[in-house]
Amino acid sequence: MADKLIVKELDQVAVRFSGDSGDGMQLAGNIFSTVSATVGNGISTFPDYPADIRAPQGSLTGVSGFQVNIGSGKVYTPGDKCDVLVAMNAAALKTQYKYAKPDATIIIDTDAFRESDLQKAAFKTDDPIAEMGIDKDRVIACPITQMVKDCLADTGMDAKSVVKCRNMFALGLVCWLFSRDIEIAFNFLREKFAKKPGVAEANIKVIQAGYDYGHNTHSQAMNVYRVETKEKVPGRYMDITGNKATAYGLIAAAEKAGLRLFLGSYPITPATDILHELSKHKSLGVITVQCEDELAGCSSALGASFAGALGVTSTSGPGICLKSEAMNLAVILELPLVVIDVQRGGPATGLPTKSEQTDLLQVLFGRNGETPMPVVAATSPTDCFDAAYSACKIALEHMTPVVLLTDAFVANGSAAFKLPKLEEYPAINPPYVPESMKGTWTPYMRDEKTGARYWAVPGREGFQHILGGLEKDDKTGAISTNPENHDLMCRKRQAKVDNIEVPDVEVLGDKDDAELLIVGFGGTYGHLHAAMDDLRAEGKKVALAHFKFINPLPKNTSAVLKKYKKVVVAEQNLGQFAGFLRMKVDGFVPYQYNEVKGQPFVESELVSAFKKIIEG
Amino acid sequence: MSEYTSNDYKKGQPRWCPGCGDHFFLASLHKAMAEIGVAPHETAVISGIGCSSRLPHYMATYGMNTIHGRAAAIATGTKVANPKLTVWQVSGDGDGLAIGGNHFIHANRRNIDLNMILLNNRIYGLTKGQYSPTSPRGFVSKSSPYGTVEDPFRPAELCFGARGHFFARAVATDSAGTVEILKAAKQHKGASVCEILQNCVIFNNGTHDSVYTSEGRKKNAIYVRHGQPLVFGENNEYGLVQEGFGLKVVKIGENGVTINDILVHDAHCEDNTLQLKLALMEGPDFPIALGVIRDVEAPTYDEAVWGQLEEVSGQKKYHTFSELLETNDIWEVK
Repeated sequence: MADKLIVKELDQVAVRFSGDSGDGMQLAGNIFSTVSATVGNGISTFPDYPADIRAPQGSLTGVSGFQVNIGSGKVYTPGDKCDVLVAMNAAALKTQYKYAKPDATIIIDTDAFRESDLQKAAFKTDDPIAEMGIDKDRVIACPITQMVKDCLADTGMDAKSVVKCRNMFALGLVCWLFSRDIEIAFNFLREKFAKKPGVAEANIKVIQAGYDYGHNTHSQAMNVYRVETKEKVPGRYMDITGNKATAYGLIAAAEKAGLRLFLGSYPITPATDILHELSKHKSLGVITVQCEDELAGCSSALGASFAGALGVTSTSGPGICLKSEAMNLAVILELPLVVIDVQRGGPATGLPTKSEQTDLLQVLFGRNGETPMPVVAATSPTDCFDAAYSACKIALEHMTPVVLLTDAFVANGSAAFKLPKLEEYPAINPPYVPESMKGTWTPYMRDEKTGARYWAVPGREGFQHILGGLEKDDKTGAISTNPENHDLMCRKRQAKVDNIEVPDVEVLGDKDDAELLIVGFGGTYGHLHAAMDDLRAEGKKVALAHFKFINPLPKNTSAVLKKYKKVVVAEQNLGQFAGFLRMKVDGFVPYQYNEVKGQPFVESELVSAFKKIIEG
Repeated sequence: MSEYTSNDYKKGQPRWCPGCGDHFFLASLHKAMAEIGVAPHETAVISGIGCSSRLPHYMATYGMNTIHGRAAAIATGTKVANPKLTVWQVSGDGDGLAIGGNHFIHANRRNIDLNMILLNNRIYGLTKGQYSPTSPRGFVSKSSPYGTVEDPFRPAELCFGARGHFFARAVATDSAGTVEILKAAKQHKGASVCEILQNCVIFNNGTHDSVYTSEGRKKNAIYVRHGQPLVFGENNEYGLVQEGFGLKVVKIGENGVTINDILVHDAHCEDNTLQLKLALMEGPDFPIALGVIRDVEAPTYDEAVWGQLEEVSGQKKYHTFSELLETNDIWEVK
């Protein structure tokens, strides 16, 4: 039977684990990505979960998916479609098969394909495989539930706990398909369940059983995949999600600046994991306050900054609506504040678990008055670390609120993260008022170079002052309604933000002779980069300018945008960044690629759209 | 003895209308702060928006005049980030109980060590005369020309409902009474609500007339003091006794009532039932209670937050960012 085995060597392979929300698909996916990353594969993951926490078991609305893309080199996206689909029940097969490639291997748990399961998944016949037009030879149909029960029969575990281990059987099977070293998975579980060794050992037993099942019966499988590691960047790595990287970036910046980190927040999907992560790290002195509402989240963070901490608030678009008044207050108080917007589908409650870039203009302009605000947009899960660090540095050194834009895609996605060395990151030096100014200092005196006002933290004798939301006199800091003074203060606040130094935008690919320049910002970097690579592999001349610093824009923006004959701005909204660039760059008229589906871009769709522009 | 005088806390020339209760309160606050003796640079005064929220501009302390309704939330961040600061939060009835009602109740519930001042003139003054959430039912104002059709909040009830541990009341014109409760509020660890009854000479003149003069207070108010019998009247001839589920006014010496029958005030009683009854008394049948009505010790949020930082810090082995990184599953690519 072994002679039927086909070993496929691939540069990239995507595996999608799918099942009920409670089936532990994310854990299985995470372990698989860790196991792959440990051997040096590039990884990128993306959880696609429903808004309902636990929809009825086996129902179509309750299916959650977790896609892992592993590659021999750097992996930029979780992959458009998967090579292996694990469907833990009938509903998962029904809803997730559309994400599988035509020749994908499908793994199903036949015990979750009984008549009632098929009914819940709205299958019309008793043969779902045929009904969906799937080639039977590509299906590994395995009675996973029963085998897990048999495997754990003598452990004395209750039935419910036993069934919870089904995900590990699927994981074991997938590890066999990819010839992965399951010892790495065992170690992972032993650490994860260090306090419950019984649970760890049960899971390990089931992984082994899944692996052995694959090994013993591989006649059923069409493909065994091998993904070798080609480019290795030596170093020490960990797996990190965007939200965790954001939290780490904040911690790193606070430590570098020698300040206490204070997070005021209110739970909201998909930003809550930042609150969860920071709440763990009290041994680093991090204070988190779960506030009564979004308004208090931002307000308390600003109050903490006033007291001399690094005040941060985290939310998603609907929360920004509520925080905007305190963000505005921060503009006129000229205090540091970092506001994190993990964008999701809108408007209103919209698509809470899905990803969009539709808050860009909101964070740039969604406030009353002239309220310039720096905006930094993270480009990938691991870049969330650097972006958060940059946002803190700007906020602290320029005495301004800063928005850090991420999105559900980068926030929940994960990638291998090379452990950063804090000593290699730039210093953060807030403009504390020098002691020599005692007696002559007033609250709106500014550092000449940056235009930032000096920071006098309560507790320092001789620097008592009152800040407030009413316009202040430039010289005395007293309330002023003088028209000339207001005009001056608006200009000074604007100039302070405009003059922030940000790195030039880098042009990747065929930077000298591209027929098409792709322009994007934030979380679409991976997809746009992959699309560029595909086009270049076909011989097209293509370049990519991907923006992380949105406000102020890099100084070379205009030169870059005007250098190429054709420019396309691709974004997950109806043209907000293109509009902003048109406002900032005279005469700039780009092509646009816009999508507001709540799903990541699809690489192949980008490629065909860009090809049309090149050829058109 | 404090090393400070009122002048050390004073700044600028208040711009409130002549006769406004805010003037009286401001003077009492300066006096109370001097008597308390916390240095101006270790004091922060944080207000929202409204006439009374201009107050920080007249303080020589650190301070912020912020946005409408958020004073308690902003003060929360300031106090929790630096518990060494003494933080006063100043709001009017609109700022504190309408647009900022949510923060008012949650600051009380969490028991953050804030001195929360509620300047209650039962009207919106800065927007020129609309009813507020403390205006009585039927109140005629620019936005209620035919009278309001809603019941007011009673601040004490809201504070107690939010599990508040400190509630005191004073009349703005009564400097001694105001200074006394402000000092008690500072003394109290945790959220302390001080309701200041004050007049708006322009839009709600006379709203607290029955207790605005010392003569009026003799007749219509009772000063409550912990451990003292609840007596009032020009010659302390009246007292409060418990009757059924409520309170009753009695005359000492009549119907065999002696001073020994009069309820003794217990501000420290954890059960707030009788304290609430005191706080809700109003004329003409009852005197208005002034002084510290409730003052019960309880763990404060800010102390608990810092206590937890210390406790967890002792348990965990990582205390720097690089140590934090090492707590993850790490692999090496060679």
